[in-house]
Amino acid sequence: MINITIDGIKTSVPEGSTILQAAATVGINIPTLCYHPDQAVKANCRVCVCEVEGNRLLQAACSQPVAEGMNIKTRSPKVIEARKTILELILSHHPQDCLNCIRNGNCELQDLAAEYIIRDNPFELKIRDLEKDFSTPSLFRDPAKCILCRRCVDACNVIQTVGALGLEKRGCEAMVVPTLGGSLLDSPCVMCGQCIHACPVGAIGEVENIDELLAAIADPDVVVVTQIAPAVRLALGEEIGMETGELPMDVFVAGLRQVGFDYVLHTNFTADLTILEEGNELLKRLTTGGTLPMFTSCSPGWINFCESFYPDLLDNLSTCKSPQQMFGSLVKTYWADKMGIPAKKIFSVSIMPCTAKKYEASRPEMNSSGYRDVDIVLTTREVGKLLRLTGIDFKRLAPSPFDSWMGAYTGAAVIFGATGGVMEAALRTVYEVVTKKELEDVNFQFARGFEGIKEAEIDLDGTKVKVAIAHSLANARKLMDQVRAGESPYHFIEIMACPGGCIGGGGQPITKANAKRIERIKAIYEEDQALAMRKSHLNPEVKVLYDEFLHEPLGHKSHELLHTHYHAKDKKAF
Amino acid sequence: MAVEMRIALRNYGKIDPLKIDEYISLGGYAALKKACAMDKAELIDQVKKSNLRGRGGAGFNCGQKWAFASKADADQKYVICNADEGEPGTYKDRLIMENDPQTLIEGMAICAYAIGATKGYIYCRGEYPQVVAILKAAIAQAREKGILGGFDLEVRMGAGAYVCGEETALIESIEGNRGEPRFKPPYPPVSGLWQKPTIVNNVETFAVIPVIVEKGSEWFAAIGDPAYPGTKVLTLTGDINQRTFFEVPTDTKLNEVIYELGGGIPGGKKFKAVQVGGTSGAFIPENKLDTAIAFDKMAAIDATLGSGAVFVLDETRDLVDVSTRIARFFEHESCGKCAPCREGTMRMYDLMEKINAGEGSPADVALLNKLGRVMSYACLCGLGQAAPAPVLSTIKNFAADYNAKFK
Amino acid sequence: MAYKSIIQNFAGVPGGMLEAFHAVQNEYSYLPEEAIIEAAKAFGVPTAEAYGVASFYSMFSVKKRGKNVVRICESAPCHIAGAAEVVAALEKELGISMGESTPDGRFALEFTECVGQCQATPVITINSKAYLDVTPASVPVILAEYR
Repeated sequence: MINITIDGIKTSVPEGSTILQAAATVGINIPTLCYHPDQAVKANCRVCVCEVEGNRLLQAACSQPVAEGMNIKTRSPKVIEARKTILELILSHHPQDCLNCIRNGNCELQDLAAEYIIRDNPFELKIRDLEKDFSTPSLFRDPAKCILCRRCVDACNVIQTVGALGLEKRGCEAMVVPTLGGSLLDSPCVMCGQCIHACPVGAIGEVENIDELLAAIADPDVVVVTQIAPAVRLALGEEIGMETGELPMDVFVAGLRQVGFDYVLHTNFTADLTILEEGNELLKRLTTGGTLPMFTSCSPGWINFCESFYPDLLDNLSTCKSPQQMFGSLVKTYWADKMGIPAKKIFSVSIMPCTAKKYEASRPEMNSSGYRDVDIVLTTREVGKLLRLTGIDFKRLAPSPFDSWMGAYTGAAVIFGATGGVMEAALRTVYEVVTKKELEDVNFQFARGFEGIKEAEIDLDGTKVKVAIAHSLANARKLMDQVRAGESPYHFIEIMACPGGCIGGGGQPITKANAKRIERIKAIYEEDQALAMRKSHLNPEVKVLYDEFLHEPLGHKSHELLHTHYHAKDKKAF
Repeated sequence: MAVEMRIALRNYGKIDPLKIDEYISLGGYAALKKACAMDKAELIDQVKKSNLRGRGGAGFNCGQKWAFASKADADQKYVICNADEGEPGTYKDRLIMENDPQTLIEGMAICAYAIGATKGYIYCRGEYPQVVAILKAAIAQAREKGILGGFDLEVRMGAGAYVCGEETALIESIEGNRGEPRFKPPYPPVSGLWQKPTIVNNVETFAVIPVIVEKGSEWFAAIGDPAYPGTKVLTLTGDINQRTFFEVPTDTKLNEVIYELGGGIPGGKKFKAVQVGGTSGAFIPENKLDTAIAFDKMAAIDATLGSGAVFVLDETRDLVDVSTRIARFFEHESCGKCAPCREGTMRMYDLMEKINAGEGSPADVALLNKLGRVMSYACLCGLGQAAPAPVLSTIKNFAADYNAKFK
Repeated sequence: MAYKSIIQNFAGVPGGMLEAFHAVQNEYSYLPEEAIIEAAKAFGVPTAEAYGVASFYSMFSVKKRGKNVVRICESAPCHIAGAAEVVAALEKELGISMGESTPDGRFALEFTECVGQCQATPVITINSKAYLDVTPASVPVILAEYR
């Protein structure tokens, strides 16, 4: 243990602690900007500088390890002046656009400017003459707002190993740019949106589709129908002043009706459906020598990644569409017929924790219904804004149930939102199909948790199936490289592009640390635990769908509406 | 009386740099042989006792640095020569490399033995391709002669970035990255090139190592200023009659350098200021010229010896204009990694340009003072920390030039 | 184009990207996109990272430029020795402004910071070869070598 004094407080901390860590142990919060708890220390913003007795130079708290006898001042006049000056420098090179900015009210630079009481900035306001990049349907970049903390570069290169973002030039001309300085669409960007979570300001965000929604709601001829992904509800509370998991599902539904949705249905319905289709597809490949290992295909960021970096392995992907897209093609066919609503009047909305889903919905082949299967995708953050727009007190709103035919779901669908959830849901059904026995304990513990790669060998009454689960694309690469080398021991692999799975998706409330993802994962399994029905094949509405419409898994109708194909992308990526 | 004393440049003009036998005939590589027969700890102790301090500008005790690297436990260690020489007004390292490359190679080989390194790099700035050719030829000759033993030496080129003179930025550049400095600690002797213990020393520092080993630490420690002993190669530029180089003991005074060795100011003009140490050095007024060039003596007058560049300006020179040009240099050369330097160098140039154009006011000078002060202790590396020095020193010592420009 | 073979020569050199880029520029005078992508592949880094390296160093150009790169030093010692007049002479002689290339692709004209020949200011370099004590009068003579 090392003995130090910090702001007059004497304390002991473990060797190797930084000043930042040491300060936290005694309740002193040193402000930071480029520091990120899940990334390597950068020490480039210099906001966290502190005075260390005996040293003329200020030390960055995030990078400076403590030493025996160190006497640290985190808020001396010299430090305060330095921090204010640094903030003034950053702010005077930043658009004064808070009122119109996507991060208004949720911006680390705003918070620091307020904390350091920045009033008259002595430096003349200079704004970089750089165009906004709206080239993709999912993400936009506003480089003029970039403060060059480089958290997005780390998220893209280290956590996701996509490498779509990098630095260009140097000095005051330095800027974060997509590959070769081109547009985001031309880069290998998979649109996972992890850069959004990393960005402390509004330099990156999702393309918002709120205006299209409000126009559809206002149009009396349009029937606005929405689906909701399993990872949305538990995080949505964070957007409206509640705890993670605190917003009840039926109050959420009621809130959406207040926003103006005509029908509220659930993606969990098609998640259960996906298990039926994909489970049968896996069994077919296992018994008839199909391409193995089979990869899940519900994460569009992962699909983009596979198409760009592993186009030689596209045949390994399940041909199943994602639950979002299965829903889209059914809502304008099966559901429209059952409800007696003309398909062309339906405005199909999808509420997702995901930014890549905006791109997925726009893929040309996603029109099996004869129309655009999903018209717009809204992120959890966008829905949070809509709920705040209603001005409702969610603690007093009367609950409302889902609408019919595509609103029922099981616990197996709920867990899709966490890494390992699709695998566990699939195993709950595949077990019973193969062994023809009832699965008594539906909990597959090996599949749960934040470990980067999880694996197991499942014994289906003699038939052994090796499975693996990866979340975040760096881990996906490890499994993919193994497959490419012909060395993969697995039959079935679940891959989620985002750390933690969909609960950590690019569209979720701004997620500053993995600790929050872990908290959300806990809420997902609690939700599953509380449900009576936890196996996909028991979903009564799914039974009706097969009886009346699809007839059988992998049948002709399924292939037409619920399955898809992929294309290699040339993004100069490898 | 100022007298030249050539240690780093002892062979200048006496040998053909591309004939290793000539270097050997003048005693070359005897020191390496002697060193390799010594106990490593004893060798390092000798270097430490000589009190040789880095000749690149930072002035850290050379032997002490080697001791840290020697103590570090690793499967691979590196010796790097910083031949980036980006400091405007400086060309001393080019002189050494163009005329006596073997002394540099011998110095590096001695260091490699001392710390237990088998691989070395000379990082030579990209603007010196002819020097790179000489170095490669010299290394090939030394290798052919079997002199270097197991020490594998390679030349790498810079590509036009002053910041790569900073040791960790240089290391990043050898790793094939953008030349952006790392935060310290960890220091290179503990974790440097590819996270291995690494010694980075200047060309001039390595060039005197063979002589120290040969003649002993006491001999060297007795030359010049005791706290910063030995000699320093100075390169004179600007308004000076002898626009050339001299190697002098470190207790030589600035007025001796300028008036005796340098021959004074041309055209009968009067002296106004001298910027010593390169473009991040302070501008020194006439009343401070009775100061020895040694590192600590210069620090006492708020100046720096730095690279040994001596840039003289006569009474006709507008120091605001010169300082503005220098501010632009730092705006160009900032690597852009840390906020106070990236933004601060840009703002310093903007403010200087404003003042230089006659649009400035005392409030702008006050802002420059505050900004410069904060940069000097908040920036991540030496570039940002030193960049304000020329501007702040001219504001302090030559206020008349600024007052003349105010609106 | 032959970028691949030039770059492959350095693929085994740890951290050899700068060496590879110098070699490409010796042939082509700048770093084409394809060369940057090849370098990324050869050194196992994302293309974005290779582009970050290419665009960091002032001797590298990611934009096409004239074959003979004429650079004039604008650091303080050259500045006070009369670099500004030499700049005017260069612009006049080549018919282009600083930062541009001649339409026939023969010359590129750029500023540079100190090149270490401060004993003979002002200094220009052409393809890194230094020309010393340059005056406006000597500019046409120097350039004639490359026409």
